[in-house]
Amino acid sequence: MKKMLQGNQAIARGAWEAGVVVGCAYPGTPSSEIMAELSKYKEIYTEWSPNEKVAVEVAHGASLAGGRALACMKHVGLNVAADPFMTISYTGVKGGFVIVVADDPGQHSSQNEQDSRNWTRFGKVPMLEPADSEECKEFTKTAFEISERFDTPVLLRTETRVSHCDSLVELGGRKESTIQMGLDQKETPKYVMVPMYARVKRVAIEDRIAKLAAYADSEFPYNAMEINDPSIGFITSGVSYLYTKEVFPQYSFLKLGMVWPLPKRMIAAFFKKVKKVIVVEELDPFLETEIKAMGYKVQHGKDLIPQIGELSPSIVKQSLMKAVEGKRYQAPKVRVKPEDLPRRPPNLCAGCAHRPLFYALKKLGLYVFGDIGCYALAVAPPLSAMHASTCMGAGIGGAYGAGKVIGKDGLGKICAVLGDSTFFHSGVTPLMDAAYNKGYSTTIILDNGITAMTGQQDHPGTGYTIQSEPATMIDYEQLARAVGIKHVRKVDPYKVNETMEVIREEVNRDDASVIITENSPCILLRRAKPLEKFKSPWYAIDAEKCRGCKVCLEINCPAMSWLEAEGQTKDGHKRKGTVLINKDQCVGCEVCVQICKFEAIVPGTR
Amino acid sequence: MKENGKVTNIFLSGVGGQGTILASNILGEVFLKAGYDVKKSEVHGMAQRGGDVTTHFRFGKKVYSPLIANGEADYLISFELLEALRYINWVKPEGKIIINQQTILPPAVSLGQIEYPKDVEKTFKKYFKDNVRIINGQEIARKLGNIQAANVVLIGAFSNFFPEIKEEQWTNAIRALLAAKLHELNIKAFYEGREAK
Repeated sequence: MKKMLQGNQAIARGAWEAGVVVGCAYPGTPSSEIMAELSKYKEIYTEWSPNEKVAVEVAHGASLAGGRALACMKHVGLNVAADPFMTISYTGVKGGFVIVVADDPGQHSSQNEQDSRNWTRFGKVPMLEPADSEECKEFTKTAFEISERFDTPVLLRTETRVSHCDSLVELGGRKESTIQMGLDQKETPKYVMVPMYARVKRVAIEDRIAKLAAYADSEFPYNAMEINDPSIGFITSGVSYLYTKEVFPQYSFLKLGMVWPLPKRMIAAFFKKVKKVIVVEELDPFLETEIKAMGYKVQHGKDLIPQIGELSPSIVKQSLMKAVEGKRYQAPKVRVKPEDLPRRPPNLCAGCAHRPLFYALKKLGLYVFGDIGCYALAVAPPLSAMHASTCMGAGIGGAYGAGKVIGKDGLGKICAVLGDSTFFHSGVTPLMDAAYNKGYSTTIILDNGITAMTGQQDHPGTGYTIQSEPATMIDYEQLARAVGIKHVRKVDPYKVNETMEVIREEVNRDDASVIITENSPCILLRRAKPLEKFKSPWYAIDAEKCRGCKVCLEINCPAMSWLEAEGQTKDGHKRKGTVLINKDQCVGCEVCVQICKFEAIVPGTR
Repeated sequence: MKENGKVTNIFLSGVGGQGTILASNILGEVFLKAGYDVKKSEVHGMAQRGGDVTTHFRFGKKVYSPLIANGEADYLISFELLEALRYINWVKPEGKIIINQQTILPPAVSLGQIEYPKDVEKTFKKYFKDNVRIINGQEIARKLGNIQAANVVLIGAFSNFFPEIKEEQWTNAIRALLAAKLHELNIKAFYEGREAK
């Protein structure tokens, strides 16, 4: 039976068909749907792990006990999991172990654009790269076979246009692995990476790579040559193959399903069969560098194809038309210049609890060390209330470290802000540092009761598992106190002045402190009934009172807009216009009501 | 010589939260059941928080790329006027266009710093003449009792471009994708869109 599946769903399906018994992930765009989908299969234990390092370690443990295991993450997640990853390459596996890493070329939803193919050579671990959903499913199954046969973890690399593309998949049945489950103490030298055992494994890994390279050449079913017009031969992989095939279908192709180790004999044969070779790949010149290092002449690659951002049929056409067909690329007609149109950047939702909190930080004039999540949107004007943000948890260490330079002058000027999920991901350790090494930074934990940005995933603070079963719920306050923070306060961010007062006191304190938001669930989190606490379903502008001062527009609420129209208030104040509130978008959070100095925002009537 | 034969390209654009994903899922279900190879690509995550969102939808005998090449869309379905204009260059000269007559103000417009583009309809008519249809999906859906159904109203209007696909193929797709309690509303919305003048 054929079904339309998203790439991520297809990976989950492939894992199920491969007999996977354990799946672990920390959500991250574009990988999040894999584990959400896998959790629907009752034969499989799945979890949202606190971070990717933990996900890889739990999945590795499952593998050592003989179970097939899957760990999934976005590209930057593998940085977090790099420590276990690099050494699991040494220990190898018992049950098949596959790590999915999803890249985000073009940075649709990411803080950097790293090319995860670089991990494969670095970690000495093979990597498969599917192009569409059918391949996502089949490559996942093959990855488990490779893992067990060659005693190695296997990387499966996707990217936005593979993970979030839907295409047809032929569904199959589930086949359980035949590996015996259980632990065996006799295997200690294989799994304990102390130097004397690790040196032995170091040698074994090189042997494994040689065997994998031979397998890539002779048995791996998804490295394929398509010889058509031999004047040009494209070497490519993943979605880049699809773009190139779309634009130049009449030429020859070597499509690589395994990006490393490379099939050397097949590459040699391809160079004999075609006249000129062009390497088409997104991001880094990974294949190009490897192929050039083998001594071949690559006619074109990154000399013509951009190294930055994602590729597309248009970009492939534009970069290669001249080199392939000798004619100039004709750009389509420009009817309207898109750069002249107003941009539409993403924004915090109407009623979001982050909005008043960041408004408070802005009013206090704080230098805000931020983090990764929806709240990074607070960097945009007019809120403009974030000044540094690198990766999960980094804000806490950053704020504390900056204080070590600025000293007492920094009191009242710095804070760190991060979300609930990111706090568990990487925030606890730097918080320990701030307490232990006598920092004075204030860490604000925005508890919205869910991992929001990636589409509502549970975490250790929500009280639910991935299957929505009740679970132990970590208490932020107790945790902060346990690591040595003496000053822990709670604020309701919807009470703007009170929140501002608490933050003012804590950032001025010469000791590390934590502020936790409460009564602040994500506005999209239905089970928390986020709208019930609001008194009126929407608010409206009282045109008799609005002076057009625009102060309320500083919160950047998507429900509010400016209407230019000269006039005056009932008591005769001249104005250039008024603010309008869109009642379809307003949820009645009352933040603007508290900011208005003229009581011009009033409960709306239906 | 194109070995994939004719592939039809449908470009959808709108604002995060307008239901472009459901609309493209309905297209997927319909053209898949009609026997075509189908690919569809969209961006999730941060962009969905009120930002501009697009879906590339392609069907044919065999489809390779999940993305449409710039200037090669046969159809544009846009859920918002500015988001239609933003992607006007993606449409072929003979392309057909359905636009929802709704404006959602981007932040810089809300703040009064920049004007919302005027005459979006006129600009489209200038280039595409009678191949442009403007539908007040929002208003039609509001009359049916739920503005969320505006996306299905647009799909209804779009369905007229494919006379070879029967009405029930569209309504079956809506039934297959939505919870039972939403069937009546959305099927009504589909017909209102299909019959909208």
